[in-house]
Amino acid sequence: MELRYGPVHALAGVDFDLLAGEVHALLGENGAGKSSLMQVLVGARRPDAGTMQLAGSVYRPASTAAALDAGVAMVFQELTVLPHLTVAENLWLGRECTRRGLVDRRARCDDAERVLARLGREDLSPDCRVAELPPAARQMLEIARALLADAKVLVLDEPTSSLGVADVEHLFTVVDQLRTEGLGVIYISHALEEVRALCDRCTVMRDGRRVATGTLAELDDRELVRHMAGRPLDEVFPPRRDPSARGPIRFAAREVRAEPLAAPVSFELAGGEIAGIAGLAGAGRTELMQALFGTRRRQSGSIAVDDREFVATPHACWDRGVGALVEDRKHEGLAIELPIATNIVLPHLGPHRGKGAAGALLDSRSIRAAATATGERVNLRCHSVTQNAGELSGGNQQKVAIARLLHAGCNVLLLDEPTRGIDVGSRQEIYTLLDRAARDGAAILVVSSHLPELLGLCDRIAVMCQGRLGEFRAASDWTQEALLAAAMPGPAATAGLSS
Amino acid sequence: MKRLPAVLGPMIGFLLVFGWFAFRNPDSFFAAGFWLTVAAHTVIVALAAIGMTFVIVSGGIDLSVGSVVALSAVTTAVMRQQGFDVLPACGVGLLAGVLLGLLNGVLVVRFGIGPFLVTLGTMGIARGLAKWLAKNREVQADAGWLPEWIQSRPDPEWLVVAPAVWLMLLLALVLGITLARTPFGVHTYAIGSNEANARLCGVPVGRVKLKIYALAGLMAGLAGIFYFARVRSGSPTGGIGLELKVIAAVVIGGGSLAGGEGTVLGALLGALCMTLLEDGCTIEGIPTYMQEILVGAIIIFAVGLDRWRHRGAR
Repeated sequence: MELRYGPVHALAGVDFDLLAGEVHALLGENGAGKSSLMQVLVGARRPDAGTMQLAGSVYRPASTAAALDAGVAMVFQELTVLPHLTVAENLWLGRECTRRGLVDRRARCDDAERVLARLGREDLSPDCRVAELPPAARQMLEIARALLADAKVLVLDEPTSSLGVADVEHLFTVVDQLRTEGLGVIYISHALEEVRALCDRCTVMRDGRRVATGTLAELDDRELVRHMAGRPLDEVFPPRRDPSARGPIRFAAREVRAEPLAAPVSFELAGGEIAGIAGLAGAGRTELMQALFGTRRRQSGSIAVDDREFVATPHACWDRGVGALVEDRKHEGLAIELPIATNIVLPHLGPHRGKGAAGALLDSRSIRAAATATGERVNLRCHSVTQNAGELSGGNQQKVAIARLLHAGCNVLLLDEPTRGIDVGSRQEIYTLLDRAARDGAAILVVSSHLPELLGLCDRIAVMCQGRLGEFRAASDWTQEALLAAAMPGPAATAGLSS
Repeated sequence: MKRLPAVLGPMIGFLLVFGWFAFRNPDSFFAAGFWLTVAAHTVIVALAAIGMTFVIVSGGIDLSVGSVVALSAVTTAVMRQQGFDVLPACGVGLLAGVLLGLLNGVLVVRFGIGPFLVTLGTMGIARGLAKWLAKNREVQADAGWLPEWIQSRPDPEWLVVAPAVWLMLLLALVLGITLARTPFGVHTYAIGSNEANARLCGVPVGRVKLKIYALAGLMAGLAGIFYFARVRSGSPTGGIGLELKVIAAVVIGGGSLAGGEGTVLGALLGALCMTLLEDGCTIEGIPTYMQEILVGAIIIFAVGLDRWRHRGAR
């Protein structure tokens, strides 16, 4: 199976097989290609090469609806049930059975009740509005929808991420029952203990490839983690910065609280250092960055730059030389219909005001010149800075976002996944840029899901897990295995969440 | 390459309308008098369209302009009736426009209600206020020297076009530069293109939007004063459907209803297109209901063109 996004191979020749009556775990870091593989499986994307077979015959779903008709269903991490409809309406959505043009309520409710009973949720009334149900019940509805469609293959994407302990147990019994009924279940999860408790076999993916498949009896935890993390260090990182060359504290967060962080966060960044935060998707890293930069409401806590506290709003941050780069480049990070130059200078228009009487006007020549010069510093490849930012490739768009930080003269950089979705070449250039900025005295905080990047680039690393930020420790004290282990929610953490 | 059609839109529309009437009615069409009339008639739509450009570029919409024009016209007329001089009366008319614009802005910014719904509501509120002030009938008032400003043949003849046309051009120049060259203008484009990104870049999104809606109210208020000057009475039912013409003018002029695109010059040309169409229809003897159908069709066509220009980009 191959799948390409532009030049990036999301899937590079993956083989995967699922038996009837088994629960098959799919493991891998964020971005390893699990989601891409499943999207192909449920017909949301077409593969660029490769074939699939379902029960011996060729399976080529043109859409998710076609996949469902063929008996392949997926329960997404973000639930897709519609809150304003009733349980029965949701279950039959898109496949309403009608009698003389009207929805046949009786038949519909009977079938709905039967399926819910099979899942041990007789307590859910088919006429109940979904908005009134808790997440666990909504998830059961998703599974019920798949069963109503007579699914043979069911994909569960991190199904326990929003469930309490009791609900997890119920989910496990349901999955176990589906296995005995002969369904094949693909179970995507980060939690190894769940996988051990539930699954028969497991496949580990990394960099769009399958790196291991086997029964869980054959693979112990250490081996699984090594497979998930252990890639050859294919990146070349800048040489280590000397810790003694670090400057004074540049940026300090004290007891910052914000939804949905589980505990207040405090840390300090010195000039000349790059600090990293590791963690799984959903651990609260992006939310922490937003709280620091003022795009998310803080409940309490203070933020100081060069020992001076201030109310951190984006505007105030840019004023004090604090710049941010967000994870969601497309929707938040860039204005893709506007010229590159505007994107670069937007947070820092001050220096481009005209002189004297023309002070109200912006000097477009000075904007173009500054944008071109900053573009050259980040090795931006474009015809002209008057091009729209949307015409650039992902890597070059990211360079525009970084050029914005350089143009504003920021000396505190808050970077959320600065190299996500970017090819190796551009990545190297970004590492070099960040290293140079740090050597020039900037304090840099990097959130990344790419462990080798954190280990190779950062001076200190902390791990965030379920809304709690751990202690920053020297990068040399960490290994990929240790980072991954710290990022995995343990049983104790799961119990704490549900109480 | 992508920029080209944005300028072409109004030009093509202009040439089409132009060509059609020139072909049908060359005699009156090439008479200078016709153009002086068109220029004077453009003023009301153009002034409102200049304000609307800022709103649309910022990704919003203002449906209340037609009603605000009526409110401002009635307010000015009532002030004149009460014996105030022309200038103070106009000042109060403008104030009414600004206040309605600010109301739009506050509702959009502070309460996070979508501009479509907010201005749909204030469209009713402003119309009701206008009828209330006018006691539900035309306000007969002496407009003083105001009509001279908008008559198609100006009094000192060396002015060539009506003084109101000069005022319109001056405001278009000032606000065109404001939109293209000031931080406020850049912020307007940034908000319309990607509001989350604008916020991230430290753009004071709320304050900028408030200014934009207030400006749109001010321009609609000014348009209302000239409406009063043109019909020489304060009509509380005036300007019904004007918002459609104004929005059409901006969109024909390259404004994108998705935000982030549009220019004052384009809106000016778009307003000229709309007026040319209207006056051309009148000369042709095409009834007003036909004109309304045409305006509706043009809006749909212009927005369709805008979607087509952005196909695949979103």
